[in-house]
Amino acid sequence: MIEFRSISKRFDNGTLAVDDFSVIIPSRQTTVLVGSSGSGKTTLLRMINRMVDATSGELEIDGENVSTIESVQLRRRIGYVMQNSGLLPHRRVIDNIATVPRLNGVPKKQAHARALELMDTVGLDRDMAERYPAQLSGGQQQRVGVARGLAVDPNILLMDEPFGAVDPIVRADLQQELLRLQRELGKTVVFVTHDIDEAFLLGDQVVILEKGGRIAQLGSPAEILANPASEFVASFIGADRGKRALSIQTINGAQVLVDGDGNLAGRLVENGPA
Amino acid sequence: MNLFVDAWLWLVDPVNWQGSGSIPVRIGEHLFYTALAMLAAALIAIPLGWLIGHTGRGRELAVAISGAARALPTFGLLFLFVMLVGVTLRGPSTVFVLVLLAIPPILAGAYAGLEVIDRRTIDAARGLGMTEWQILWKVEVPLGLPLLLGGLRSATLQVVATATLAAYVNLGGLGYDIVQGIALRKYDQMLGAAILVILLALLFDALFAVLERYAVPRGVRAGRDTDVRTTPTGRRATADASATT
Repeated sequence: MIEFRSISKRFDNGTLAVDDFSVIIPSRQTTVLVGSSGSGKTTLLRMINRMVDATSGELEIDGENVSTIESVQLRRRIGYVMQNSGLLPHRRVIDNIATVPRLNGVPKKQAHARALELMDTVGLDRDMAERYPAQLSGGQQQRVGVARGLAVDPNILLMDEPFGAVDPIVRADLQQELLRLQRELGKTVVFVTHDIDEAFLLGDQVVILEKGGRIAQLGSPAEILANPASEFVASFIGADRGKRALSIQTINGAQVLVDGDGNLAGRLVENGPA
Repeated sequence: MNLFVDAWLWLVDPVNWQGSGSIPVRIGEHLFYTALAMLAAALIAIPLGWLIGHTGRGRELAVAISGAARALPTFGLLFLFVMLVGVTLRGPSTVFVLVLLAIPPILAGAYAGLEVIDRRTIDAARGLGMTEWQILWKVEVPLGLPLLLGGLRSATLQVVATATLAAYVNLGGLGYDIVQGIALRKYDQMLGAAILVILLALLFDALFAVLERYAVPRGVRAGRDTDVRTTPTGRRATADASATT
């Protein structure tokens, strides 16, 4: 469990990125922080592994205040996946994945064996172990990034717009892969995105942020969709337009659903999924 | 053209290759001052350049120092120092002047090498839990090596060429034959020694060119080339074929 208590962050240039933010991130679930740029979502994420230190307030991981943990040690036990994959360009895939275990003193052979297993886990062909990041596609690089994030088998996995820079088809693929992984591994995932569809797809709990890290709404995707807390949320999730604003029309006695753009979205059936 | 033939004859004359003051001795002296100056300059400029590159602080200062130092008249400086510290310390004075000459390009190469690295790569390394030292040694130094070698390369060329000045304060080196050649109007000797200085410079240049080529980390080179070997067994990469996900 990660607990933010009255966290504020003022950067050196005076901007208040986060103002009095409090939230509880439950263990073994995916919590998505979603908001547009300037909402402080990445800043909040990076506070968890102390890449950013809060100006005031407390942040606890399982009851332990992170400010009391040495930042290098803290980072080595938290998985971190970045938008651009953040792979080290001069190291092979296998060495990239094994980076943190090697820093922790795991023997090379053992670290490499584990890295190969992780390649299986994230759906990468073992043949790619000897490649360099520049020889991989964007999607493959992200998979390596996820594998590296999992290398020390951390309880917590931080993901900062990990699928933001890949094309939509690959992104959909990686999202499904993450859902599968999460079913198998059950990590405490904190995921940052500006894409509300991605947030609803991946999140058990979704935190919609306004400017300055103010929580516009917090809840499960269903709760948020059913009951947008404000105009801002309704507009942000697009509840009143596009493919989320479905209406029923009757054609030849059957009921079909039409979205806000007038496009046919589907057909109303009796027994949907629970 | 005649002069070049004379210079060639001077160069191959066995008499000039034996005894004190012979060509090998002069080359030895020349290389000695060059090596000493490069070593001292590297020991000062590389750590300083890395410090500036890693912290991002003091960059303006480094640029200013480098620019100003490049404009220093080496010859004038040499005489100034010899006069200031005395003729007995002319050896250290000479090396000191050469060090001043070598520092700017090495410093520039060292910090520029670190500065051109993608900030996101450094950020990622820190996010993984690398200490600042580990970031420096495991990420920044390997990725910055090609530019550092570029700095060392241009510094070496300048020092090799400028080490001829040692002769003006009676310290030998290939400059001795040039200075003496002018004084005695032995132009074959003067030109022959000059050619040797040029050859030394070209030799170092070629050496550094090769080093620079090999200093580019394989993964970085891999991103530039279209067709690269990926495995020690020499199997060709099939990046295009499998780069679908």
